[in-house]
Amino acid sequence: MIDYIRNRPILSAVAGLFLLIVLASSFPIVPETKQALVVRFGEPVRVLNHYQPDHPIGSVGAGLAYRIPFAEQIVWIDKRVLSVGMDSQQVISTDQRRLEVDAFARYRIVDPQLMYIRAATPENLNNVLRINLGSQLRNELGKRPFAALLSPEREGIMDNVRLGLDRVAAQYGAHIVDVRIKHTDLPQGSPLDSAFERMRSARELEAQTILANGQRQARVIQAEADAEAARIYAESYGKDPAFYDFYRAMQSYEVSFVGTRQQPATPTTVVLSPQNDYLKEFTGRSR
Amino acid sequence: MSIFLGWGERARGLFADNKGPWGSAPGDGDGGEPPPEGGGGPWGEPPRRRRHTSGSSNMPSTSLEDFFRRGTARFGGGLPGRPSGSIIFWILVALVGVWLVFTTMHSIGPAERGVVTQLGRYNRTLGPGVNLTLPWPIERLTKVNVSEARSVDLGTDDLMLTGDQNLIDIAYSVSWYIRDPQLYLFELRDPQGTVSQVAESAMRSVIAQVSLNDAMGPKRGDIVAAVQNEMQQILDEYRTGIVINNVAIRKADPPDAVNEAFKKVTAAQQQAQSYINGANTYATQVVQRAQGDATAFDKVYAQYKLAPEVTRRRMYYETMERVLANVDKTVIEAPGVTPYLPLPQIQKSPRQEPSQ
Repeated sequence: MIDYIRNRPILSAVAGLFLLIVLASSFPIVPETKQALVVRFGEPVRVLNHYQPDHPIGSVGAGLAYRIPFAEQIVWIDKRVLSVGMDSQQVISTDQRRLEVDAFARYRIVDPQLMYIRAATPENLNNVLRINLGSQLRNELGKRPFAALLSPEREGIMDNVRLGLDRVAAQYGAHIVDVRIKHTDLPQGSPLDSAFERMRSARELEAQTILANGQRQARVIQAEADAEAARIYAESYGKDPAFYDFYRAMQSYEVSFVGTRQQPATPTTVVLSPQNDYLKEFTGRSR
Repeated sequence: MSIFLGWGERARGLFADNKGPWGSAPGDGDGGEPPPEGGGGPWGEPPRRRRHTSGSSNMPSTSLEDFFRRGTARFGGGLPGRPSGSIIFWILVALVGVWLVFTTMHSIGPAERGVVTQLGRYNRTLGPGVNLTLPWPIERLTKVNVSEARSVDLGTDDLMLTGDQNLIDIAYSVSWYIRDPQLYLFELRDPQGTVSQVAESAMRSVIAQVSLNDAMGPKRGDIVAAVQNEMQQILDEYRTGIVINNVAIRKADPPDAVNEAFKKVTAAQQQAQSYINGANTYATQVVQRAQGDATAFDKVYAQYKLAPEVTRRRMYYETMERVLANVDKTVIEAPGVTPYLPLPQIQKSPRQEPSQ
């Protein structure tokens, strides 16, 4: 053996390298993040690092494995949770309103063998799921009024979509973990414009309501003040209406004929008869 | 760290000196020391010792050396066989050394965790400090920063539907960090993208359940808490190993297209407030006035009660005095004269005189 190597170093180096490659390929290392489907002459025979929901990371599966060189090929399939998106689609609700919806789903390939047979590659599976996600969503949302999308009911809708999509996914060896709506938007153009118009008019109404309310409150405050003043006057003057009459008359004369400091009274001519009470002493008659 | 430096030096020594001692340049390796047998060891050790160490453990290497020597002798022709074989051998040794150093010793920072996979399978998670692993490719270490809060900004130029079918222009950011590095690495293909998507989904589902006014104002705190809660729940369901640290709403405004109408509401609120302020001013004035008048009356009345007749007459005379002091007075004795008097002239004549 040693002599052979010494005699034919290049040949033996090539042979050694070849042996090494064969050896390495016979013992593939399966990482935590991948499942390996071993395919013998086109027929899937076993799965390495098969996903098991109840096995924690690092327990079994990943690590050093073996395969028969040349006869068995390895198809790598992601073990992690994968994502499938969806182009945003127009959905028409039962009340004929349009909505642009964008959703995503998370799934995991739980049966790589089935996936390989039915979909061949993970990309195909992804496409199948994307198309189905769109149609499931349209179906489900088409059965609902617009308002249902903006309510807690939305969770229930998503559960239905998830179950529907999961039925499809199960045929391809995948499991849908979750489906969620990302966007629910009004489409550009008239739906959006009319929404803006409605918002605008609603604000107009709000503004006018606030103004009217302010005016009402102002009136109430004034009336209450007037009432309070009347009460105060009545309480005080009611003690002696006759004296009030006299007292107020005196004040009134003063304001009318003398005026206040800010506003003096206009010049006035008074014609008095000596019979006037004020001039009663003019006549010299005694009481 | 000092161990690292030591190894580094050693490795550098190997690279720097490998030509000197075993190449044919005597005295190149260690300066003063005379190299016996054409070359000293890199650290001044005689080749004898090198033979000794290699004799115990590296026997196959020497035979490999022999092999290379023979090989080069066969093909290289003119080249001197032994030195070039040694170079290759020591380069190999150096590479192995470097490989061992760099793949077995790992310094993990205080904010980091090291996730170790053994032949691909998750084995253990290492804490901060200097840690040893088996060399690559048997064990691999991936460092994950578990303390750093990562932040993602979302919702720029995006309108969301609120529960009352209005639109709101909302921008927010989510900060998160990694709690379980092994889950983070192995359970989800795109953890960062997932955080963004889940954040958007959660924010929209929460906003879809509150009114526009609530979203813009008082319920922001509740919204943030609900979003954080929902995100955490979803991410835990996915087993991402991610913890949502904080959700912050940076902007929650009406869309630009209707902003003007919203400003009108604010203006109306100001206007209404000014109506109310005006009314309150009036109310204060009226009531104070009433109280003042009433108090004045009460005071006078209290005095009046003590001597009603006198007070009444006094007030009458005093008032009349002030009234009549200020007016033109005409006293007419005879009844029946009054209608013939040109009263306006009487009134005017005394006043015009001083002005002319």
